[in-house]
Amino acid sequence: MTKTTHGIGHSVPRKEDDRYLRGRGEFIADIALPGAQNLAFVRSPVAHARLRGIRLPPGAAGRIFTAADLIGVQPITAISALPGFKRSDQPVLASGKVRYVGEAIAVCVAPTRAEAEDLAEQAEPEFDELPPVVDMLEARKPGAALVHEHWGDNVFLETVVEADLDAIRAAAAIVVRRRLRTARQCMSPLEGRGVVAVWDRRLEQLVLHTSTQMPHIVRSGLAECLGLDEGRVRVVAPDVGGGFGYKGILLPEEVVAGWLAKKLGHPVRWIEDRREQLTGNADCREHFYDIAAYADADGKLLALEAEATVDAGAYSIYPFSACLEAAQIASILPGPYTMQAYRCRTWSAATNKPPILPYRGVARAGVCYAMETIMDAIAHEAGIEPHEARLRNLVPAEAMPFDNITQKHFDSGDYPECLRRAVAAIDIPTVRRRQAAQIDTKTLVGVGLSIFCEQAAHGTSVYAGWGIPMVPGFEQAVARLTPDGGLELRVGIQSHGQGLETTLAQVGHEILGIPIDRIMVVHGDTALTPYSTGTWGSRCAVMAGGAVASACTELAGRIAAIGAHLLQAAPETVRVGRDVVASATASVAIADVARTWYRRPQDLPAGVAGSGLEVTSGYKPVRDSGTFSYAAHACIVEIDTDLGGVKILDYVIVEDGGVLLNPMIVDGQVAGGTAQGIGTALLEEMPFDEQGQPLASTLAEYSLPGATEMPKLRIFHMETPSPYSTFGQKGIGEGGAIGPPAAIANAVNDALRPLGVAIHELPITPARLLAALAR
Amino acid sequence: MKAASFDLAYPVDLAEATALLARADSRALAGGQSLGPMLNFRLVRPSLLVPIAGLAALRGVEETAQSVTIGACVTHAAIADGLVPDIGLNVLARVAEGIAYRAVRNRGTIGGSLCHADPAADWPTTLTALGADALTSRGRRIPMQNFIRGAFQTALQPGELLVAVAVPKLGAGARWGYVKACRKPGEFAHAMAAVLIDGAVRRAVIGATGGAPQMVGDAMPGGLPGVVLARALAEAG
Repeated sequence: MTKTTHGIGHSVPRKEDDRYLRGRGEFIADIALPGAQNLAFVRSPVAHARLRGIRLPPGAAGRIFTAADLIGVQPITAISALPGFKRSDQPVLASGKVRYVGEAIAVCVAPTRAEAEDLAEQAEPEFDELPPVVDMLEARKPGAALVHEHWGDNVFLETVVEADLDAIRAAAAIVVRRRLRTARQCMSPLEGRGVVAVWDRRLEQLVLHTSTQMPHIVRSGLAECLGLDEGRVRVVAPDVGGGFGYKGILLPEEVVAGWLAKKLGHPVRWIEDRREQLTGNADCREHFYDIAAYADADGKLLALEAEATVDAGAYSIYPFSACLEAAQIASILPGPYTMQAYRCRTWSAATNKPPILPYRGVARAGVCYAMETIMDAIAHEAGIEPHEARLRNLVPAEAMPFDNITQKHFDSGDYPECLRRAVAAIDIPTVRRRQAAQIDTKTLVGVGLSIFCEQAAHGTSVYAGWGIPMVPGFEQAVARLTPDGGLELRVGIQSHGQGLETTLAQVGHEILGIPIDRIMVVHGDTALTPYSTGTWGSRCAVMAGGAVASACTELAGRIAAIGAHLLQAAPETVRVGRDVVASATASVAIADVARTWYRRPQDLPAGVAGSGLEVTSGYKPVRDSGTFSYAAHACIVEIDTDLGGVKILDYVIVEDGGVLLNPMIVDGQVAGGTAQGIGTALLEEMPFDEQGQPLASTLAEYSLPGATEMPKLRIFHMETPSPYSTFGQKGIGEGGAIGPPAAIANAVNDALRPLGVAIHELPITPARLLAALAR
Repeated sequence: MKAASFDLAYPVDLAEATALLARADSRALAGGQSLGPMLNFRLVRPSLLVPIAGLAALRGVEETAQSVTIGACVTHAAIADGLVPDIGLNVLARVAEGIAYRAVRNRGTIGGSLCHADPAADWPTTLTALGADALTSRGRRIPMQNFIRGAFQTALQPGELLVAVAVPKLGAGARWGYVKACRKPGEFAHAMAAVLIDGAVRRAVIGATGGAPQMVGDAMPGGLPGVVLARALAEAG
């Protein structure tokens, strides 16, 4: 391999930015098909009710459709093979019952969205209201109203990790326990969801454009719900304006739009608006923890025990199911630490709220918050600095690779060094001096830390156990040399902000040396790309990167065979790189190789590169238990105790994502994730009243982080290669969102300590802060 | 959410605007930064919408020795950018600059904000503290504290338009303080207070209450209003 400034490890400017920055991208709402009609949904105004019927206005036939019209359409069902899991069947239009405010009951078709909404206003669903189950802890109590009656309770799944802690409990010098809650959030990509569906009469195929991050999974789900062969379904993801997990779901709206396009024979279009995004579609992140830790007098962690409940909402979502979040908590709560014993019970509770989806940092933002709160509590009891307590418990570098107490296989890294660098970068002594000199309590200052590791690129062995509708296997890529010597890379993942059109081109360039602007990355279309589970779990750099490398390497072998013939050299004596095939004495351009094979085949003897210059290759890492990137976050906050404001004065991140394919893109990912983590810590919350009504239906009520909430981040890198991935790269797309809630909450509680109060609920809003201060 | 159907009639001058607005169920549309979302949420369903932002009679600015008169459809951005004469201490520009964010300021107007009379908006509280007058299409001159009648209520009668706002200039040595408590910069405030000390004038006004801006007498309010008022007083020195 030869090195240039466009291969891996270089901050190559993003190829896709030219169209994005000039406003020339093509997003779902930009797709205008002749004859398209717009859709609006009649949505439930109540959280829990029997649906007696729906009164339709005169002339509704052919313009308003309800569940009764959807003959043969199957509900969305996402089961898990974990023992005890209770399945939910989510009708794509409510039937029999409504289970959350915003659930779709009917669909209206009209030339414009406004007219479709006029129709929707005239449809009158008739309900027998039922008591709603709004709080996840109440939902678990006997006697609670039942979201799915036939279950007998409101628990999708209970998981148990058992251990005998009696001896440790008796011996522990330090026992700390915390009850912690994280708010329900709404993932808020700049672009919401949307579908433009059309039935292609020539191919007899449904073509469904949708703003998704997993087109192939949506295709399977659509085919199953609509009763079509997968060959009769093509899913196209155009430019997608952010996902974060929000677009990792098969939507009822997608199924309905697909059914309508086939039924009506003209294209249909649904563009989610902000109110639907906030109140009608899936939420995320609502956790409750009761967590206790046992440590010796020096702060050395002996055992951890926890009970965690996740509010999974009304239905199990496709493909991730209702239990991924809670089951993840059980497996990753111990974080980057060593301990002798661990027990954990989790519940995925059903409530009359929208389903939840895995959001960037799936479960880990909450887990890190719980674990790092406990580490601070241990430090306080032991009378040592928080970083000191952590250093006594982190997995040491010499133990790597390390199988932790839940059998997670940490592939590589130096966690203590990461923390030491964060501590060195943040000015703890000055904070301690300011705290000691504090004369009034108008302004309080505090410092907080968090450290975590992040499993990414989960493979077959990890997901087979969950038994959900999707288990990642070999990741595929197609590498095609074009007749003029350009390279097309076709991948089944979907790039929606991650810059994969650039990083994957860098991988192709690294191997073949074809100029980066002659490498085209094709993604987001099931007709053009090989099957993939899509973009989730920080998997693309490792999995799609590995697959592209593998396909390009195989392609290089075929190019070498042709090149060797043209150079009159033995095939084993030539190398491919720098856009040429070279022997010891001469070279031939890859473009000439392409031209020869495609356009002058008469120049080649029979049998040279007979398989062609298009390669589909499958890839799995050497070991598929995932890469583990890790990071330490450290911040200093200042609290305005009059107004309850929290200002971040300094924010340091030390991260290790293994070999970085494009450091600039990684920094962007870290910064963007951190902004979202700040949202989790301080701003974002979807509250519900006791009737299950969502209380934040506009962005005036749902507070998102913006430029004015972002501190200047100071990002530092370590670069420990993963022993299992092609280039040593690790998945790192989510990490930024994981660390901030813990670091910021710890900093706030550090600041509040002189007043003897603490906050154990996220987000830390002015109202919560002022209420805590009033105690 | 999209608005329910309505008619749109662009008037050529103020007279036509007021005539159109005399029709039942009509509504004036200035910058549309509050009315637009209300239409889309179908919270309001006028049958006739009368856009007035383009009317020259509502966009003028006049300066005299005593005051600056600002047309109702002058945008927050124009004021923030200093396109309106300073009444002193650059007060108006400073207030305008803190309204929402630039895209809203580009379209939102001073008169639209006053007529919408959201208690948490910036102009009702600050213009009350500054002792401004509202000038209407019927020739009425209404002191700001009488113009804002309550939350989302003004003294305007059906078919009457706010034409301009006359803001007295500040005297030499005047001092001004304006503080809002917002979750994020540019958001509607949870509490706000404006303080003007100008010769004999000593005015403190609390906003973002449940009703019209409140003049503060001798007693300091408690809670958040007290906190922001104390800070506004400190800012005014």
